[in-house]
Amino acid sequence: MNAHPPLPPRENKVVPLARALEFFHDGMTLMYGGFGGIGTPPTLTKGILEKGVTNLSLIGNDAGFPEVGPGPLFVNHRVRRLLASHIGSNPIAGDQMSRGELEVEFSPQGTLAERIRAGGVGLGGVLVDVGLGTVAETGKTTLELEGRTFLVEPALTAEVAIVYAAKADALGNLVFDKTARNFNPFVAMAGDITIAEADEIVPIGALDPECIVTPGIFVDMVVQSEGIHWTWVWEQRKEQA
Amino acid sequence: MSARAPRPGGVVGTGGDPADVRRRIAERAAREIVPGTVVNLGIGVPTLVADFVPHDIGVIFQAENGMLGYGAAPPPGHENGHLTNAGGLPVSETPGASYFDSTVAFGMIRRGRLDMTILGALQVSARGDLANWLVPGRRVPGMGGAMELAQKARRVVAITTHTSKDGEPKIVTECTLPLTAERCVHLIVTELAVIEVTPEGLVLKEVAQGHSVNEVAALTGAPLLVPDPPGVF
Repeated sequence: MNAHPPLPPRENKVVPLARALEFFHDGMTLMYGGFGGIGTPPTLTKGILEKGVTNLSLIGNDAGFPEVGPGPLFVNHRVRRLLASHIGSNPIAGDQMSRGELEVEFSPQGTLAERIRAGGVGLGGVLVDVGLGTVAETGKTTLELEGRTFLVEPALTAEVAIVYAAKADALGNLVFDKTARNFNPFVAMAGDITIAEADEIVPIGALDPECIVTPGIFVDMVVQSEGIHWTWVWEQRKEQA
Repeated sequence: MSARAPRPGGVVGTGGDPADVRRRIAERAAREIVPGTVVNLGIGVPTLVADFVPHDIGVIFQAENGMLGYGAAPPPGHENGHLTNAGGLPVSETPGASYFDSTVAFGMIRRGRLDMTILGALQVSARGDLANWLVPGRRVPGMGGAMELAQKARRVVAITTHTSKDGEPKIVTECTLPLTAERCVHLIVTELAVIEVTPEGLVLKEVAQGHSVNEVAALTGAPLLVPDPPGVF
């Protein structure tokens, strides 16, 4: 692991955006929550873009839409490599892949999720039978176990993971919002450093312990979100109609 | 039943406004949904199927982005950017709905808890192999969650136009495109026909009103077993 700037104290992980942005550098591996941009931290991705970080190796479900979620990182040529389940909603990423500017590895969505979770919980990988008999098998080790064949899918971690929560406290405990949860809870566990962006930062004790989805132990920093700054695709379609 | 040999390169297209074709496919596919079951609708035309399912039959829709029990799109102005289906379109909560992360979403899929999925198709083979995620050199979007859904849902309904835009059959003896999953499709619904995948081969269960068995056979790239007479939809 690279040397990184000092982390905030465990009893108060809330930091200004500028401090969180010190953790992003050229050529890093970065993992992000979100599904089609829904649940991808908007303020952190904008900050990464504005800081000029480039040559990124990304891990996430998808490449967002060109103007939504992680999409602008592709549009602005900041990504060298991507591991995702699809890029269908970001044709610019597709063009870059076709031209050889962007290296893309596809993983079935549920397999990708489990590989990230495995990394987050200290496992070496997972055994799955999804994708047997398809190109998803290519280059993978297979293993026989109790009469069944599985693909060996290695665990994934990243130097930094970024997630988007509805609420966070200063200990890093997180709750999410509806379908913006998606990849966030296990991405939060898989970063060497995890930074959570929250719509609302609440006092310690304000979150019901029964309802906390991500325990703060997985989270190193919390930043206040400035909210969504993009137009959702269904809103764009409505405007065009 | 009699077997009909495929006649590839037949009549181009099946006519009709594309939106109307999509609507007809979705409407017929909706009739496959059994009351009280858990169903995942794929992205694209399969999403339209929900419009034709009665609200009072207890169907629970699963979205692989982390929700069980989503309902219709909310009225304009009441959409929530954090409450969408897997296609990113706004939906609503129904009573008893739940949210969960993507490992749980795919956990229920891999574990066989989904009664049915309805997926779009680029090609379906006579054995029920499905290709729906990649056209080499042309369209490389990635498989998303299609491999899990195709391989693990208890019943897989593939919906597609009967032929490609160039008039090529999409129901074929062998898929030439990379597979999503082998031997996974149970039923194929097109604007022209409803075809069941059986160990004996493809069975033409129903033909669309105004079309003939011969027409369907000519546009199908694999042999069809035809009951006498097939149903009409």
